[in-house]
Amino acid sequence: MILQNLVWTIALAGMSLVALGFIHVIRQAGKPADDVATRKAAHTSNVLRRWLFGAMLVIFVGATWATLHRFPIASQHAALDIQQVVDVTGQQWSWQITPNTVRAGSPVEFRVTSKDVNHGFAIYAPDGRIAAQTQAMPGFTNKLVHTFTQPGTYRVMCLEYCGLGHAPMVSEFTVVAARGG
Amino acid sequence: MAALTMYPENERLAGGNRAAFNLYVISAVALFVLMMLLGLIMRMGQATWLAVQPDLFYRILSMHGAGMVGTAGLATTAVMWFFLRAHVRLHLWAFVTNYVMFLLGAACLIYAIFVDGYGALWTFLYPLPVHGMGLWSPDAAAVFMLGYLLIGVGMLVFYLDAAAAIIKVYGNLGRALGLQWLFRGTIDPDHPKTVVASTMVIISNVLGILAGAVVLVMSLVNAFYPEMALDALLAKTLIYWFGHMYINATIYMGVIAVYALLPRYSGRPYPISRAFLWSWAVSTVFVTLVFPHHLLMDYALPRWFAVMGQLVSYGAGFPVFLVTMYGALTNIYRANLRWTMPSRLMVLSLFGWAAGIVPAILDGTIRVNLVMHNTQWVPGHFHFYLLLGVLPMALALMFHVIGQRAGALPNSAADRLGLPVYLIGGLIFTLAFLDAGHLSVARRMATHLPEWTGTDKVGSIGAMLVVLGMLYFAVRITVGLLRAPARGEPDEGPANTAG
Repeated sequence: MILQNLVWTIALAGMSLVALGFIHVIRQAGKPADDVATRKAAHTSNVLRRWLFGAMLVIFVGATWATLHRFPIASQHAALDIQQVVDVTGQQWSWQITPNTVRAGSPVEFRVTSKDVNHGFAIYAPDGRIAAQTQAMPGFTNKLVHTFTQPGTYRVMCLEYCGLGHAPMVSEFTVVAARGG
Repeated sequence: MAALTMYPENERLAGGNRAAFNLYVISAVALFVLMMLLGLIMRMGQATWLAVQPDLFYRILSMHGAGMVGTAGLATTAVMWFFLRAHVRLHLWAFVTNYVMFLLGAACLIYAIFVDGYGALWTFLYPLPVHGMGLWSPDAAAVFMLGYLLIGVGMLVFYLDAAAAIIKVYGNLGRALGLQWLFRGTIDPDHPKTVVASTMVIISNVLGILAGAVVLVMSLVNAFYPEMALDALLAKTLIYWFGHMYINATIYMGVIAVYALLPRYSGRPYPISRAFLWSWAVSTVFVTLVFPHHLLMDYALPRWFAVMGQLVSYGAGFPVFLVTMYGALTNIYRANLRWTMPSRLMVLSLFGWAAGIVPAILDGTIRVNLVMHNTQWVPGHFHFYLLLGVLPMALALMFHVIGQRAGALPNSAADRLGLPVYLIGGLIFTLAFLDAGHLSVARRMATHLPEWTGTDKVGSIGAMLVVLGMLYFAVRITVGLLRAPARGEPDEGPANTAG
């Protein structure tokens, strides 16, 4: 499943759950309870709160482990021993991408920097979705490692506002099929 | 119990207090409408329904961002002042100084943007302000940053006055936060939630404003002496530390209205608890440490920094869901809540805050941020909890106050129509942003790819409804505030004075 679709589904589900909770309470908010019912509701509320705390704790631990046990960003300070290296430089308002052809199936290390202001180096896959990104910052080189699975023409767009020519600051590179693929 | 009196004597607005409160509120609602109109113009431009040239678009975006953040700060400062002065002695001059500094700062921003052409957005991300490429000069950037400094100094004056007043009553800020009761001891049931929340805001936002002041002064020096270059990563880190805390402070100042007013409308006490104190103590730390989630794509930062951003983003959900939202819902459950505008707005605000946090937390995940950072997912989640969370908190107090002036709690047919228009518009507007983010539509672009304009059009329709709703609220509140005060309490039955 495309990550963006998964995130969108989780967000809609989570927001809907919150909305359902509110709708339930709102429907009851205008109906007064007697003392016995109030005490019972308070007890139920405390039990539910403990369950909610437990559920959130499980989600906290589970999501942390699932998303961080393999850190999603390459080491920035050690040599990466990656064969395909692409140098990327942003400047108002163009990209220099050298070389502009890479091969699918093996990792590519993008070394991304900027000559002037902050830019955002975002790789758009042929389906129009972002595949990966990092910031292009003057004085720093960020190493973005990505393994392409689909050959095709990938579009690079700037995702950090950089002045008048921000939107048209677009480039492309080609991903060719993996050897033997 | 005094807390359940609808309009306690110590919250009465008279003389200078009334004039100052009116100035804050009327300015805020007028600015909200204007800034929303700017937002609508941008969305319609992206939808290709309106021709907006890129240079104008980015100037509008700069004004909209700075204007909305500043106005949210102005409105929620009025909320904090309104309730805090009932517990400690605040000086009116400090409150008015903040307002005057805000106006002076706003004048600088408007001049820099619409006269000098500044278009480096509200984030003034170094070194863009001095790289206008002929569209604006470093002088324009300097005027813009000077405007920020003036607004920040005004806020500091207000916070420092509030801090001094709190310390005078409670001894120190720790005791005002209730730290002495975190592990043991009998909590003083009269310890005001307003004081706890205000103290948290003072601690965190003073730190944030000072960080902002440091980077603003550094940037100003660079604007006039370009040979004194800054470290771009350090500047960005300080900017986001400041920006994140400033906008978050508006939530924590705004929610004071919910804590103070909700029990009056539900007729049910909303007592302070150890869980509440823990949540605010933890939030004080979290809101100060969570800002690295804005810097997850800056790989040059240490790994622990990014991990902290993710973990604290996750952790920040606990106090919001388990204490504020859950506590408020428990308070109104089967409580014979009176559905008038203030209570409706308070419930909406809690929903907006809690639901808006869901996409925010998701985006605070490093792996997710790799594909969502700087897409429209980001304005999607922050508009959700600002438009449907913070703004309704401030509006709830405004409607509450005009209820006293009118002699009846606000609940007219027009009110009952205006709120759904605002709510439905807000949902369409924010969900269109989130959907666009999920489709990888970039944020902050004057022109969009043809395949992106579908969500722009839907968002524009939502924005129109929001503007309509807000325009109604602004007129209603302004007229209500300028009305002569009614004598006595509004007649709304026993729930108003229960206890």
